[in-house]
Amino acid sequence: MTELLEAVLRGLGTGSIYAMLALAFVIVYKSTGVINFAQPAMMLAGATIATYAGPAIGVVLFASLSFFLSVGIAALLTALIALVIERAAIRPMVGRPAFVVAIITIGIDIAVRVVAGGFIGLGARPVPNPWGLDGVDLAGVRVQQRHLVSMAVLTVVVLALLHFYRRTRYGLAMRAAAFDQEAALTQGVNVGNVFAVSWAMAGALAAVAGSLLAISAGVDRRIWVVALIALPAIILGGLDSLEGAVIGGLAVGVVQALVGSYQREVAPWLGDNFSVVAPYVLMLLVLLAKPYGIFGTPEVRRV
Amino acid sequence: MLRASNLEVVYDDVVLALRGVSLAVPDGGIVALLGSNGAGKTTLLRALTGLLDIHDGEITKGSVSLDDRPIHRWRPERVVDAGVRQVLEGRRVFVELSVEDNLKVGAHTARAAMRDNLERIYELFPVLADRRAKTAGYLSGGEQQMLAMGRALMSDPRFLLLDEPSLGLSPKLVEQVRDVIVEINRAGTGILLVEQNATMALSIAAHGYVMETGRIVLDKPAEALLRDDDVREFYLGLHPGEAGERRSFRDVKHYRRKKRWSA
Repeated sequence: MTELLEAVLRGLGTGSIYAMLALAFVIVYKSTGVINFAQPAMMLAGATIATYAGPAIGVVLFASLSFFLSVGIAALLTALIALVIERAAIRPMVGRPAFVVAIITIGIDIAVRVVAGGFIGLGARPVPNPWGLDGVDLAGVRVQQRHLVSMAVLTVVVLALLHFYRRTRYGLAMRAAAFDQEAALTQGVNVGNVFAVSWAMAGALAAVAGSLLAISAGVDRRIWVVALIALPAIILGGLDSLEGAVIGGLAVGVVQALVGSYQREVAPWLGDNFSVVAPYVLMLLVLLAKPYGIFGTPEVRRV
Repeated sequence: MLRASNLEVVYDDVVLALRGVSLAVPDGGIVALLGSNGAGKTTLLRALTGLLDIHDGEITKGSVSLDDRPIHRWRPERVVDAGVRQVLEGRRVFVELSVEDNLKVGAHTARAAMRDNLERIYELFPVLADRRAKTAGYLSGGEQQMLAMGRALMSDPRFLLLDEPSLGLSPKLVEQVRDVIVEINRAGTGILLVEQNATMALSIAAHGYVMETGRIVLDKPAEALLRDDDVREFYLGLHPGEAGERRSFRDVKHYRRKKRWSA
């Protein structure tokens, strides 16, 4: 029982990071109708900035505060980078098919990753933080502190996003812009600004997720692959749903942790490292039952 | 007064779509703009509301002015803010949003008055009030047209530019749309009505323009247009001197409709 609980909590911890990455994808998709394939690079860039910002600011008051400060700086700078990229490469594409923009984001991804890789170097760069792999005892169940931190940050992020989409006029404007940019323009929505805001938000989120991911093993050039696990998460949650992204991300994390803990005993014939594939298997199963994802909006078409 | 003077519009740096087009929509008036497919009607509307940019179009000569203030370099959202709103051809409602959310997007530039405007729109279009929580994409064509017009009214525009509101609607619905346009106009909104349905447009407009291949070829009060032989023949399907009788099909067949006006 303890073992199971520990696996689930571990899954929720990494799942929180996936959920944030998935949210970043969903934010851009909701406002532009494009899957932003540059997201992994933004995560890498954000985490890299955090590895530089951490030592630069040193220890302010106490260690966890300085960690969050460095994450904040990374989020701001990554949002700025995202804004510049959006202005230079995406804005000229207002009114063009989403497909074109998606391909451009692949190019951006490669370019940004190379630049970030140059700042990382060959080895891993640590993000200064007080937790590392330390655990804490919760009524007999051992949990790593970093997982608790990730869950707490995810909660704050989700609350902030819900507020943004429910209470501000930009929430609706973003969805409108995703459906029909020209029609949104005629409503007085500045579609360019919508693009910019969504890219900046997604960039900041990716930076936060990347920094949290780097708590355990630091940042090396390959961590961008983790952002791809957000893809099955958003697809099974529904591409345009915030709730779906969160639940999808957490589900992927938990499934991965459970498969990692039990698969070797239960189904040894599946071989090693099946947990890496498990999210995609989960995605396929969900899509068989719900083609638009669990919370996705079915396409509306009148015949 | 919304005015276009000597507009020349070029698409993709090469395609000349408008040549020296001038047009004026007075405050609180209804102006009809007629013309066949490809005449440049929609291009003219885009030029008026700043939408040329996303279609790779550019105003190369002339100007658009609102109360003598040039607005042709403005971004679309600024034009909307100034009170000029366009309802795109083909309705273009946000199909996956609810009816009410569609209207709320329409109020993007006028959030403060949103509550009052919502009520006003629901009064003007009772059918939308019944369906406010429904997904907009599942409304009928007529209801979607009402929604598109209601959405545009959510910011209390001074000028409403309607691009073929009767497109794809049954004659009965066309009548309904016409009545709504008159009602909107009575509340003080100036209207530029782009139509292929000339009978409908000229029945409510005070003034009319006819476009062909990128130019305005006729510019007359609506009544004069209704009496104009060419308009009667090309747009109303009537023939000169025959008091509304149709010519026999054999006569029509060999007649080349490529007739040009000298303007």
